[in-house]
Amino acid sequence: MWSVSITVKVMPTAHFTANLRRHVDCPPASVAGDTVRQVLDAAFAANPAARGYVLDDQGNLRKHIAVFVDGKMVADREGLSDPVNQDSEIYIMQALSGG
Amino acid sequence: MAEKLYPEKLYLGTRKGLFILSRPRGGKWKIDRVSFLGDPVTIVYPDPRDGAIYAALSLGHFGVKLHRSDDGGKNWTPCAAPAYPTATDGTAGASTEYIWAIEAADPKSPGSLWCGTIPGGLFHSIDGGANWRLIESLWNDPKRKEWVGGGMDKPGIHSICVDPRDSAHVRLGISCGGVWETRDSGETWKCRAEGMIARYMPPDRQADPNIQDPHRLVQSPADPRVLWAQHHNGIFHSTDGSASWKEIESAGPSTFGFAVAAHPTDAKTAWFVPAVKDETRVPVDGKVCVTRTRDGGKSFDVLRKGLPQEHAYHIVFRHALDVREDGNTLAFASTTGSLWTTEDGGDEWRTFSTDLPPVYCVRFGESSV
Repeated sequence: MWSVSITVKVMPTAHFTANLRRHVDCPPASVAGDTVRQVLDAAFAANPAARGYVLDDQGNLRKHIAVFVDGKMVADREGLSDPVNQDSEIYIMQALSGG
Repeated sequence: MAEKLYPEKLYLGTRKGLFILSRPRGGKWKIDRVSFLGDPVTIVYPDPRDGAIYAALSLGHFGVKLHRSDDGGKNWTPCAAPAYPTATDGTAGASTEYIWAIEAADPKSPGSLWCGTIPGGLFHSIDGGANWRLIESLWNDPKRKEWVGGGMDKPGIHSICVDPRDSAHVRLGISCGGVWETRDSGETWKCRAEGMIARYMPPDRQADPNIQDPHRLVQSPADPRVLWAQHHNGIFHSTDGSASWKEIESAGPSTFGFAVAAHPTDAKTAWFVPAVKDETRVPVDGKVCVTRTRDGGKSFDVLRKGLPQEHAYHIVFRHALDVREDGNTLAFASTTGSLWTTEDGGDEWRTFSTDLPPVYCVRFGESSV
């Protein structure tokens, strides 16, 4: 009997609000990273057209964008230093403050 | 060129998308196409040099975007939006918050563009918006850093007048930063608002050129020494290329407003849409009218025929009045979604619609497509 060992590399996944997909193609991105910032940087490195919709000219999170990690809103909006696990689900959503 | 003049085109940037209207020679306007339905279009620029159309979007959550069409609006391609350089001096740095002006930079160089933004940066492109360069000479000027917001939180460049005699000679209208001029394509700048008065300032600052709030600045194509400014504190007129400004103290029901249009071939003719100052911002007595001077601001006709004269509360934003190159066809549109046109310089107006979204900008153009 043969035994096969398969290693599946798990990475955090960034999901973008469907309302953003109206403007720019941005499928869920499973990318490496230990913080929200690293995940977003990796996602936008692969999909640079989407970057300016989520981050402003200075690379900061746009005022009316909300980011959740495993259901919890990020605490550090400025530095995006919130940690993510290798199986984290990150949701980039519209904040209702933006109307 | 006659084949380019028809069908006539009229572009409306609105709170809920870009509307492209056309009409055949002698025919009626109709809406041909709606693009970006649901999205705010702050400025549209139909480029007569190559037939391109530029549309600037201000997406509430997702920031400022710029799109270009090369087929009359059927298909749109994202351009780069003007972006501010990453701050390296420890400050927060700036981001484009609004595109408030797009104009051809050089009539002989298709693809060369100026773009005015909030928070006050001027950008230049040589490739139809594929890339933008911040004009750092202006952005880094210590006097630029004194500009303040007018109606918006931050200051912005809303008017770009490229001198028809020399495209290196450009004037900007800034809320609130007065009028700024370059004669060398943006390498050096001077504030040129001597004579304007800012009554919203303490007495000893009211004449400061750099604090003025021209809501809209236009230059006469017929005589480029002539400029008109619909200012927060009234109408100002220059006949010496913005070296000095004179206030026009009377112009029908009010000298307050946002929009002004200059006649293409008669330097003494211009149109305004008055309102009650300052923050009230409704038509005087609830009656919409246009004021027109044909003698360089000495006197004004008050044009009401065809416009609502009872409980009408339309406001016309600074880019929402335009005159076609024939000098007789005008259009203006309101924050409450009405669009009016005239064929006779404003003597009589026709209502095209009262049901549009709030209108930010109105622009005539001819499409080569």
